[in-house]
Amino acid sequence: MRHTLSVMVENKHGVLTRVAGMFSRRGYNIDSLTVGVTEDPTISRMTIVVRGDDEVLEQVTKQLNKLIDVIRVTDLKSEETVERELALFKVNSDVSNRSEIMQIADIFRARIIDVAPRSLIIEVTGDEAKINAIEQLLRPFGIREMVRTGKIALRRGTKNVSS
Amino acid sequence: MTGQTEKMTGARALIECLYREGVDTIFGYPGGALLPIYDEIYGSKIRHVLVRHEQAAAHAAEGYARATGKTGVCIATSGPGATNLVTGIANAYMDSIPIVAFTGQVPSSMIGNDAFQEANITGITMPITKHNYLIQDAKELPRIIREAFHIASTGRPGPVLVDLPKDITTEEIDFYYPDRVELRGYNPTYHGNIQQIKKAASMIKDSKNPVIYAGGGVISSDAAAELRKFAEKVQAPVTTTLTGMGGFPGDHPLFMGMPGMHGSKYANYAIQESDLLIAVGVRFDDRVTGKLKSFATNAKVIHIDIDPAEISKNVKVDVPIVGDAKWILSHLVKYAERSQSEDWLKKIGHWKEQYPLHYIEPETGDGIKPQYIIRKINEICKDAIIVTDVGQHQMWAAQFFQYREPRTFISSGGLGTMGYGFPASIGAKVGRPEKVVISISGDGSFQMNSQELATAVQANVPVIITIFNNGYLGMVRQWQELFFDKRYSQTCIQNSVDFVKLAEAYGALGIRAIRKDEVQPAIEQAIASGRPTVIDFVIEGEENVSPMVPAGAAINEILDLERKG
Repeated sequence: MRHTLSVMVENKHGVLTRVAGMFSRRGYNIDSLTVGVTEDPTISRMTIVVRGDDEVLEQVTKQLNKLIDVIRVTDLKSEETVERELALFKVNSDVSNRSEIMQIADIFRARIIDVAPRSLIIEVTGDEAKINAIEQLLRPFGIREMVRTGKIALRRGTKNVSS
Repeated sequence: MTGQTEKMTGARALIECLYREGVDTIFGYPGGALLPIYDEIYGSKIRHVLVRHEQAAAHAAEGYARATGKTGVCIATSGPGATNLVTGIANAYMDSIPIVAFTGQVPSSMIGNDAFQEANITGITMPITKHNYLIQDAKELPRIIREAFHIASTGRPGPVLVDLPKDITTEEIDFYYPDRVELRGYNPTYHGNIQQIKKAASMIKDSKNPVIYAGGGVISSDAAAELRKFAEKVQAPVTTTLTGMGGFPGDHPLFMGMPGMHGSKYANYAIQESDLLIAVGVRFDDRVTGKLKSFATNAKVIHIDIDPAEISKNVKVDVPIVGDAKWILSHLVKYAERSQSEDWLKKIGHWKEQYPLHYIEPETGDGIKPQYIIRKINEICKDAIIVTDVGQHQMWAAQFFQYREPRTFISSGGLGTMGYGFPASIGAKVGRPEKVVISISGDGSFQMNSQELATAVQANVPVIITIFNNGYLGMVRQWQELFFDKRYSQTCIQNSVDFVKLAEAYGALGIRAIRKDEVQPAIEQAIASGRPTVIDFVIEGEENVSPMVPAGAAINEILDLERKG
């Protein structure tokens, strides 16, 4: 079972290490972790995707809360949350298949952000399933490199994650 | 309060902060990165106890904290000084003891350059501190130190480390000590939920076989009186863990001694047959629970703890009550009524008669059994503070001494640090000079920090070190005897040291006792001397700690291992 945790932390040096260290020390698995500053510059938001059953999730949440620099931990339920991930794919491409690849990109509302004689870089945002899907379609052309940011998420509606 | 500011260096500001935190004693060792701070210590009102190895400074600070209830303070220089504190900090973390450790650090501009005596001590201690700080701006020093003491001593206590780059300690700042701490990510719960407390009370009322399982949380929240009132009102028997010793009077009829691996049989049987386990300030450590699947399977569990992360960590809890043990017990006692424990207490009484903690005195000869020494100490100075190292002697000290008051038993529980006891006893004696402080140690453990004899002599701290000298690393030998076919690999340390001469070399008093009739005079002489004293008790070599639950077994599968002769 995977859970998406939104973790508000003090925007200070070393906080990422504390969080990551706690996960490794206690043997919890992180699928992805993103971090960036929030609307309040003294607070950063970590979005952590963690794998485990309800008991593991409970312990992870409590252990996170024990860190002095962690201000609030929220378990985001997928039905009430919008989730996005950004990925960049560098794909083998030449004149013979460039338009085919661009069509695929169009279908996914992805953008071509770099073109070279033998490759393209495609930027795509979406939920995890969408990014997995475009990856499947690009694979036959040869993915030279790819990078994914990991998931970020916000709660739908007016209510904040942190309220 | 602190309206006006005053200009001073970071080092001076550190001393001012210590004054404001009520610190009267620190344990430390100087070094290059600490020179500006030590220059301020010189001539300050703070007593500095100079140890001979930084590890001892951390242990002594912890012993001081455990004996007094105040926050212990230690200080060491950058690099090796800081890394030498690590074991002591880890020990304080495992047993939730409030200490603040200050470390020197190379100047800010050199951090990360592999400078001389540089170590990333905040990185190293991240998993073994409640929190730690590297001060990057001298102006933040007072606030950080204020926070460090606050974090160490509140909620679930623990060690906090503050790393002080040398330039920070020489920079001039406008000193201002904040009145309040504002930490939005740290807000411990003290008041338990009243609904949960009422629920617990109703379960207690219906319970036939209740057991109170109390630990170090009772000591740190100063809840011994509340625990006693509660236990007496509901008439539930009490077992205290190693770190909970003294949290309930050892001579009380409801007391069952320690649970777990070397606990009393009756405490273990009681837990296993209990229908309601009332856990207070404990963490269901593996040395207590044995095989988790078979632990207290018939019992509902009420768990009172200040740390929500301890709830259902190892054992599923039916009624969690998060908060301060003292607060919760003082409210629980109002709602609680007597349990249905009449038959249960009779049954436990029978168990106590049938399976007492005991040992067999030799039929011939006048050799000394280790348990006899503990019983003698218990007779001669029942109000002493007992500080142990780690091993067989530690278990005997837990089994055969009756701890009547909190903060009279000091031991390395979670980490099991050999070498802890003697320096911790120095800290305890410095904090409680009016008390007789006896370090119970083994010939193995004592040698891990025996250099601190110099500290005790120089600082004139008259602790009594009793060495239970069996010529073995006894606990490991016991396991080798039982589980490795008596192949005593590297556990025999016989005839290695003359401890009397060693004591004398340091200027301490050394006494040797070989015969049983020498035990009492040795202890009396040590107390009367008023000097740091080493008593070398030469004891039976292969005595075992009994009873014992083998690792991985259920706690009612408990073996007798007492040895004749």
